Amino acid sequence: MTGMRGLSVFISDIRNCQNKEAERLRVDKELGNVRTCFKNEKVLTPYKKKKYVWKMLYIHMLGYDVDFGHMEAVSLISAPKYPEKQVGYIVTSCLLNENHDFLRLAINTVRNDIIGRNETFQCLALTLVGNIGGRDFAESLAPDVQKLLISSSCRPLVRKKAALCLLRLFRKNPDAINVDGWADRMAQLLDERDLGVLTSSTSLLVALVSNNHEAYSSCLPKCVKILERLARNQDVPQEYTYYGIPSPWLQVKAMRALQYFPTIEDPSTRKALFEVLQRILMGTDVVKNVNKNNASHAVLFEALSLVMHLDAEKEMMSQCVALLGKFISVREPNIRYLGLENMTRMLMVTDVQDIIKKHQSQIITSLKDPDISIRRRALDLLYGMCDVSNAKDIVEELLQYLSTAEFSMREELSLKAAILAEKFAPDLSWYVDVILQLIDKAGDFVSDDIWFRVVQFVTNNEDLQPYAASKAREYLDKIAIHETMVKVSAYILGEYGHLLARRPGCSASELFSILHEKLPTVSTTTIPILLSTYAKLLMHTQPPDPELQKQIWAIFKKYESCIDVEIQQRAVEYFELSKKGAAFMDVLAEMPKFPERQSSLIKKAEDVEDTADQSAIKLRAQQQPSNALVLADPQPVNGAPPPLKVPSVSGSTGPESVARSLSQPNGTLSNIDPQNPSPDLLSDLLGPLAIEGPPGAVSSEQHGPIGAGGAPDEVDGSAIVPVEEQTNTVELVGNIAERFHALCLKDSGVLYEDPYIQIGIKAEWRGHHGRLVLFLGNKNTSPLTSVQALILPPAHLKLELSPVPDTIPPRAQVQSPLEVMNIRPSRDVAVLDFSYKFGTNVVSAKLRIPAVLNKFLQPLQLTSEEFFPQWRSLTGPPLKLQEVIRGVRPLVLPEMANLFNSFHVTICPGLDPNPNNLVASTTFYSESTGAMLCLARIETDPADRTQLRMTVGSGDPTLTLELKEFIKEQLIAIPVGSRALVPAAGPGPGQAPPAVQPPSPVIAADDPGAMLAGLL
Amino acid sequence: MFLSKNPRNRKSNLRLVVNRDAKFTNFVEFRTHKVIYRRYAGLFFSVCVDMTDNELAYLECIHLFVEILDHFFSNVCELDLVFNFHKVYLILDEFILAGELQETSKRAIIERMSELEKLE
Repeated sequence: MTGMRGLSVFISDIRNCQNKEAERLRVDKELGNVRTCFKNEKVLTPYKKKKYVWKMLYIHMLGYDVDFGHMEAVSLISAPKYPEKQVGYIVTSCLLNENHDFLRLAINTVRNDIIGRNETFQCLALTLVGNIGGRDFAESLAPDVQKLLISSSCRPLVRKKAALCLLRLFRKNPDAINVDGWADRMAQLLDERDLGVLTSSTSLLVALVSNNHEAYSSCLPKCVKILERLARNQDVPQEYTYYGIPSPWLQVKAMRALQYFPTIEDPSTRKALFEVLQRILMGTDVVKNVNKNNASHAVLFEALSLVMHLDAEKEMMSQCVALLGKFISVREPNIRYLGLENMTRMLMVTDVQDIIKKHQSQIITSLKDPDISIRRRALDLLYGMCDVSNAKDIVEELLQYLSTAEFSMREELSLKAAILAEKFAPDLSWYVDVILQLIDKAGDFVSDDIWFRVVQFVTNNEDLQPYAASKAREYLDKIAIHETMVKVSAYILGEYGHLLARRPGCSASELFSILHEKLPTVSTTTIPILLSTYAKLLMHTQPPDPELQKQIWAIFKKYESCIDVEIQQRAVEYFELSKKGAAFMDVLAEMPKFPERQSSLIKKAEDVEDTADQSAIKLRAQQQPSNALVLADPQPVNGAPPPLKVPSVSGSTGPESVARSLSQPNGTLSNIDPQNPSPDLLSDLLGPLAIEGPPGAVSSEQHGPIGAGGAPDEVDGSAIVPVEEQTNTVELVGNIAERFHALCLKDSGVLYEDPYIQIGIKAEWRGHHGRLVLFLGNKNTSPLTSVQALILPPAHLKLELSPVPDTIPPRAQVQSPLEVMNIRPSRDVAVLDFSYKFGTNVVSAKLRIPAVLNKFLQPLQLTSEEFFPQWRSLTGPPLKLQEVIRGVRPLVLPEMANLFNSFHVTICPGLDPNPNNLVASTTFYSESTGAMLCLARIETDPADRTQLRMTVGSGDPTLTLELKEFIKEQLIAIPVGSRALVPAAGPGPGQAPPAVQPPSPVIAADDPGAMLAGLL
Repeated sequence: MFLSKNPRNRKSNLRLVVNRDAKFTNFVEFRTHKVIYRRYAGLFFSVCVDMTDNELAYLECIHLFVEILDHFFSNVCELDLVFNFHKVYLILDEFILAGELQETSKRAIIERMSELEKLE
């Protein structure tokens, strides 16, 4: 390595850069230089190649993308001499990952190095495979690596690398190691004298036993032997003691391996182990030297875990509890952190509640610690130790902490507080207080579940209703309240506000005016709830108050033409209903009680626990590296209908669903087939979405006639009749293509549904990143097996799907996150190849994933000063493209504007002097383009709406083209499904079967022209 | 010194760690993992481990690595690591493999390094 002056000079240059920009310029210059040299192979000596490859690695370390020269790095691996070969190996391991195609090219060379005679080369090759070897390597190399590991002629140097290399291969493909032949060898390896080889082999063992402890049971006594050897400090060379402690790491690993065996049956082994453990528990003192202290406590904490796992004798357990009690009170932050963490684990193993309670005040102090790591652990422990006796204190503390907690913790905190309040509430009014405080303090982090739940409690407990109503009324006096507070108080006051009628400030018209003050501040999801409340207030005012009626009717009238279908529908329906006297009272009568059932919150908490607490024992038992959560549904098999669904429906979906559920005397939703209820979890998480399919679609063509013709008879008919869900057919529920198209324009909903499974999707988009979660819900009482989900990504997207478990238990839901990154603009669509087995039926489907171009657009409205300079700077092809498009779906301009807005291309009104034209702007995000401004102009011809001229421009030619094509597709697309369904509604709107038309987001269904175009 | 391959992760790790007070724990929870870090003057060494891994064992693992570097460069300083980053990789490859500890004997590693230097 001597004499690599060029490299040192380059590093100095970088270090001397004054700022990031200068550094980037220097890096770009060097990359250009390296690129040119690589092209000119004649002058590229091995020395130069080596130098450039090191430079590339340095640039990569600085965080820059190095997207070329990989081939050169890989090719150095086959160099005959050590210096070049070494560089090739190291740089390849750093720059490439296991999925890289170039790596396959190297497999043969790597294998030759492994089986060859040159020990140095063997080491290099084993290191590469150990660091980045993938499945390909596992299949072809495992036997060779095994040979090296057990070979008596290899130096320990090679063997320890072989052990860890084999570990990597095993992790990539557990079948790479044949258990039958290997278990005995593994046991022999544990007799090794060389502690380097032994340390590596023990790591291998940990992975093997976590997968199959039975096969390796002969290793158990050997682990105990290792511990004895270390504990007694026998045969431990000086160089393997660390601050006087015989290899703390090996001790930790051996104890970790033992935690994968369920018990230790052999009495003498058990005795020997307990002696060692006892010695560790008793003999670990706090010393001044930090390193020594850490090392000995590393061993001590591992011993604690092992004791917990073995569920040792009472005496030893209480020793552990005493130690932990000491640790959670010490000053030293690391030890306190670990004390809190292990105390939480201890709670799951044994009944230590009473002992821990003695430390409650110290734990609460830790909740206020400046270090977030400690606060997190304290929160988990407080949550775990909470019961009826201390719930009030603990929840009080959590609420107090909520005001100061950082954002990253608030969601978890509020969920935990809500759950504890529900689980251990000494009385229900306290519970209502807690939840309202929670919404007040951290509204953004209070999920809908939480306020649905409080509504459910209030509805079911008459005594609570006046109290809840008066509390809700109090919060409304605050100057600024969170939208969730508006929702919950509007709901409660609508239902129970009349119970307060005699109190000052609580008459119907006063309630109305204070609620109505909030309306301008809320979003479109809250307005429907407010409208329902107004209707209820009106209904409760007996005798009618003409002034109030006038005001409310005026509001209903105003929203009758609202662009939001939900709001429009409620406004129209309530307006008509409120003219109907007795029927109005009937329909808007008080909500019926909800059937009792387990809280969805608690279920939700169970998954939070699964990820957050990560009980060592639980986790080690599973050890499957999967992010997907499996939630067993504790509901009885014949499943009561999910009551939470009712508030969720009325909360965020439909007025007609309020009405619908009201028409059922006992609150049972008749659209749930009792034989085959959809899983509760699905309905909780996706409740509003699931329903959005067929029933939500009492779409505007039904309103049209009603509103216009004033034929009120149909109102009840269409709005109130429940819609049966087709659960008993073997066919698909809903149309996949429609579902896909709907999901292209919104971010959550059902992607696929058949009688056995429902796949929901929820997405969040930020710049060129997206995070989707697939919810796979088994709708049946038997498991779905052989579940497979594979993503077939198009070239422009990087997609990473967390593994989906092979089996979905009965009526359980599995969540599988899918990370998306947009690399460059393209209209290609990713496909999910999905299959499963139900009984003997194999069902498979290829589903398009709604990670489409418009998801990477962010709305942006420009002023004319911003728009025109940009527009002019794009001078023509390929950055600016123009096309005359014919066969466009005829849309009037406002509809076209809505269509554009719906896929995040924002119309900038008033910029174009010609009223028949639209100009629009948006920002597109991808890795290659970064955030890029896109502009578009549409020129329409009022005489012929089927053609228009479109101009699209952006700073990237591909983006311009793709965006233009994308918009074109949207303009000429005839949404699937509308053809068949429109005629059904056509003959007589009065007899139209209710809610058969799925919502088709792009069609402007109330435009007769568009419908005609659909028919043609 | 970060042992993460992805520069993006490295950056977010850095942000996570550098603003922490010296009196805080050496552990930060990071998504589904933990970052164990240790500060030596202006240098941060950090490793990302599973939630259930033994925190203190990894904390001392960092220190052992620093001791090895100190031995090898005799009184290591930041510039040694920057200008000899390729050596640091070599040492690291003798110390950790497949994300697991490979060798905990300082002597074994230092001897191995001088063997390798002779080959150059």
